[in-house]
Amino acid sequence: MTINSILLVSLLLVAIWTVMTIRLIRSIVGLALTSALLSVIMYRLDAPLAAVFELSVCAGLISVIFITTVSFTQRVSRERLLARRKERLKKLFYLPFIIIVAAFFLAHYLKLPPLDLGAVTKNPEARVLLWNLRHLDLLGQVIVLLAGVFGVVVLFKEDRS
Amino acid sequence: MSPDTLEMFRYFLIFIILLFISGIYCILVSFNLIRALIGLEILIKAVTLLIIVAGHITGRGALAQAIVITLIVIEIVVMVVAGGVALWAFRYNKTIDPRRLSNLRG
Repeated sequence: MTINSILLVSLLLVAIWTVMTIRLIRSIVGLALTSALLSVIMYRLDAPLAAVFELSVCAGLISVIFITTVSFTQRVSRERLLARRKERLKKLFYLPFIIIVAAFFLAHYLKLPPLDLGAVTKNPEARVLLWNLRHLDLLGQVIVLLAGVFGVVVLFKEDRS
Repeated sequence: MSPDTLEMFRYFLIFIILLFISGIYCILVSFNLIRALIGLEILIKAVTLLIIVAGHITGRGALAQAIVITLIVIEIVVMVVAGGVALWAFRYNKTIDPRRLSNLRG
């Protein structure tokens, strides 16, 4: 539990840094770090397959997508960045306080009722479960991927008119 | 469920709720489409952790992993399309500030 505690605290701190930092590139690096820490926690909670997916896709591919988007859109001068920093700090000033107060209240007042979950009769491997028992999920994934490809093609189509 | 497992779930749940608060705060105070997406990503991370913890304590880890893999696939598609929308908005409006996207129909 101690290692889990360290990982969870690190995850929360990195997530807060991701939200609060002024430069978008640093935010994206923070997001990738959050994903990496989350994948370690997932591995420790006996979910290695999901951890590998999280690490490769969320920490890798999504960071690349974000960096590409930022490189196409961000053209901010240094003066503008400094002006924005003050404005942003004013807005995000409250976040650490909100987190600390919420953590205090949750630690003291969050009570869970005893849950009766019943016995698990069979717990197959994740790969077996995904390929043999969750056909609808796979179909949904394929449809979502095709919809995504279609969306990107429509968005990036050159306007010939 | 044993008291130890319940205590572990409670401990994880506190951090999940705090992550959720961070993500919602990011979406609420940001006037930048990419930063809003980063907030959304943090929300998705909180949900992913919740599913994995729930799978771990109920002994249905395989089902949780299958659901998380589906979630990750949907997440990547959402991010790619949303990144495309942000680029499209920048191309036509020269800004990704949602307050200045005034030429949207509807």
